[in-house]
Amino acid sequence: MKKLEYDLVIIGGGPAGLAAALEAKRDGVSKILICERAPYLGGILNQCIHNGFGLQYFKEELTGPEYASRFIEELENSDIDVKLGTMVMEIMADKKVIAVNREDGMFQIDTKALILAMGCRERTRGAITIPGSRPAGIMTAGTAQSYVNLEGYLPGKEVVILGSGDIGLIMARRLTLEGVNVKGVIELMPYSTGLIRNKVQCLDDFGIPLLLSHSITEVHGNERLEGVTIAEVDKSFKPIEGTEHYVSCDTLLLSVGLIPENELSNNLGCEMDKVTRGPVVNEKRITNIPWVFACGNVLHVHDLVDNVTQEAEIAGKAAAAFINNKTNEEEKDVIITHDKNIGYVVPQHIDALNNQEQTIKFFLRVRNPDEDVRLIVKDNFNKTLLNLKKTIVEPGTMVTFNLPREFVTKDTSSIDISISKEQAQ
Amino acid sequence: MKTDVLIIGGGVIGASVAHQLARYNLDIILVEKASDVCMGTSKANSAMIHSGFNIDGGTLKGQLVLAANKVIKQLCQDLKVDLVKPLGSITVGFEETDLEKMKKTMENGIKNGIQGMKLLNQTELHEMEPHLNPDAKYGLFEPETGIINPFEYTVALAENAVINGAKVLLDTEVLDIIIENKTVTGVKTNKGDIAAKIIINAAGLYADKIAAMVEDIDFEIKPRKGQYFLYDKKWRDILTYTIYSALTKVSKGMIVVPTIDGNILAGSNAEAVEDKTDLRTTAQSLDQIYTSTISNLFPELPRMGDVITTFTGLRASSTNEDFIIESAKTVKGFINAAGIQSPGLTSAPAIAAMIEGLVRAENMDLDFSPKANYEKGRQAPVLLSDLSYEERTALIEENPDYGEIICRCESISKGEIMDAIHRPIPATNMDAIKRRVRAGMGRCQGGFCGPKVLGILSKELGISPLEVTQKGNASFVLTSKNKELSLEEGDRNYEKIRV
Repeated sequence: MKKLEYDLVIIGGGPAGLAAALEAKRDGVSKILICERAPYLGGILNQCIHNGFGLQYFKEELTGPEYASRFIEELENSDIDVKLGTMVMEIMADKKVIAVNREDGMFQIDTKALILAMGCRERTRGAITIPGSRPAGIMTAGTAQSYVNLEGYLPGKEVVILGSGDIGLIMARRLTLEGVNVKGVIELMPYSTGLIRNKVQCLDDFGIPLLLSHSITEVHGNERLEGVTIAEVDKSFKPIEGTEHYVSCDTLLLSVGLIPENELSNNLGCEMDKVTRGPVVNEKRITNIPWVFACGNVLHVHDLVDNVTQEAEIAGKAAAAFINNKTNEEEKDVIITHDKNIGYVVPQHIDALNNQEQTIKFFLRVRNPDEDVRLIVKDNFNKTLLNLKKTIVEPGTMVTFNLPREFVTKDTSSIDISISKEQAQ
Repeated sequence: MKTDVLIIGGGVIGASVAHQLARYNLDIILVEKASDVCMGTSKANSAMIHSGFNIDGGTLKGQLVLAANKVIKQLCQDLKVDLVKPLGSITVGFEETDLEKMKKTMENGIKNGIQGMKLLNQTELHEMEPHLNPDAKYGLFEPETGIINPFEYTVALAENAVINGAKVLLDTEVLDIIIENKTVTGVKTNKGDIAAKIIINAAGLYADKIAAMVEDIDFEIKPRKGQYFLYDKKWRDILTYTIYSALTKVSKGMIVVPTIDGNILAGSNAEAVEDKTDLRTTAQSLDQIYTSTISNLFPELPRMGDVITTFTGLRASSTNEDFIIESAKTVKGFINAAGIQSPGLTSAPAIAAMIEGLVRAENMDLDFSPKANYEKGRQAPVLLSDLSYEERTALIEENPDYGEIICRCESISKGEIMDAIHRPIPATNMDAIKRRVRAGMGRCQGGFCGPKVLGILSKELGISPLEVTQKGNASFVLTSKNKELSLEEGDRNYEKIRV
């Protein structure tokens, strides 16, 4: 078996892997390898031919392939190695990565550090156990996006979309533009789970109804899908009897959530966060394994690629510091806790003695939509470190904030983040 | 077209009969109305090799399951089919009445010649299966039960028959049976007539319909529907043995079992249905199976989330409740293998041997001399996951397609998919590929590899992507090329959902 040696191996050549590699290179890592399973770099951005990417990071509006190409071009001018069509099969505890491709067969890479950037996959029909028959014509919105935007084929003529996730909303517009009748989007929750701008630009602008607090209770058809039964659901998401409604359609697209692809990380023994379904990391995006870093959708599902890029740069920088032995010798762990209005916070802990950056960037998601709330950050001495006003928070839009490093002292042992209704003055 | 023996049905029974008779100098044609073998009852069941400990040895199915247990290991070895046997089973009970039933089952098992059965007390039970509900009190251990991959098993039997000269005609539906002078002479199919000296009815759910083409019959096939949950491989270690919940009247009990590939399969209930195409799952039954069995036995298993899929199987149970394996009463040359419900998958080799006897008894002037170049096995498909890293590298060097991973969840290469398309029984649609090599059977359920598999099928079969189906017939995956719809003339219906 062929053996290679690198300072840094990055698994995944999507937006996370690309930005992490470039940042590590800028910080002086000499031998970097990206392993990408597809025959091209850029990951899922290649099939995201709509615009809206890069508003934060580049301050301009790009399509997915354009956003990816900014990084791919920079990478082509660097000495970062890339292996395409390459699937990582196993990561071993002694810093060895086993991968396979057409040219090298099975091969081994010895590395000093590793960045996990494998992205995520879509939740399936099986995972949410929609009852009924099993005809053709049911697929995830991302699979449909791949057929339409990469292969040039349409999955159907009359489409119902289950779930108001961003890919579903984007596909509602995309298919409408292709002449498909998108009959409506069914959402279990009482609110849209995607970005507000996607609801406005992809549904409202095209007169596509969004049915909140509704679910699909049965799938009909033996060979090809013939229709679905939809029903309104109560507060505990149970279908309300008598509200059933048959909708004929030949296609059902699912946009019911994304799941980080952590099979490799799990097998390696990374500690996982039950909510994000990604590794538990500190602000440097180091997992519980000191030479393994994680960023992008494999860590937690982002709604904006701009955030993925920023997070990947943090991981790339931290991996470079680790490889170049520039990390602080001693660490002091500060645990991040949060109240029940918050679903999760990344990072899950921080190192109080790390003085690499001036600020620590936090990502969080709320459990329920709300308006005019205060995001309050306190330390273990109950001292308020931040008190920020947020006019609108909703689960579909990630909340980010920066905590100045100076607020974390060597005596800080925990930091609590809460979101609560603004007190009337 | 003409043949000595015509077998109707490409399930495990039809395939077993073809495999059994292919060792002789007989012309054999197997016809299957679906686009692949193993498309009915054989593909949706608990995938267990039943030892017969909980089956009445006095019934025909009891005798056959016990007989099949003696030969199935060798058969699977010859055909290179994965079989885990013995694995063992534990029947789990919560009530004193369950214990009484278990004692009777144990007596029955001993009578059937099963050795090594043992009643377990609560401590022993939980030592053997630590993830069981702590409230479970009683256990009956039985060492012989096994598990198999029913697709691989059925495909291997059919492939072996093909290797030995049998023909398998897919997408071929029998419309009528031709009878002359009280003797069958052939069948009419959607693809034309086939003359045959012997016709074997292994039509599963439709065995009554086929049998009734020949004579008046005194049985009906009443489908009994069972629904299942298939769990992510990450739950594999939740159990060691195949687990039965305490017995019920209509089935051997609900089961939670590992599969050959390392998933957990749980189910199934039993509902009598009229419609032989009713493969729907229902929220009500899934909830009931989950509450009464799955979470009751293994409280850690979730209702949703790590569920790969849920599915329904239809057992081809006859109104007689036993297997019906006999010659037609009034017409010569016609043999029924009907009412093959559980344990049909296990009994198949014994059923096939019994049918050989019936074929011989028909005295139709057939050549039962052994075939000169008979192959008792088959070349197993390349399965990369079974090979060492060095072996894989050598193989990839020979054929780089084995180095191109198409299905990331199950690590299936392009080479393995290409092989499946070009095997003696070719896989010609998405589900057929999934059953052969597991591409699309993992946790993303074909979300990522679907478009790639579709592309490979289109290229290898020389058909347009629009002609590729999910599971044969009109189950097309895609409906038109981009722009085609918007260029269509005339008014299209753009009605939206209104509630």
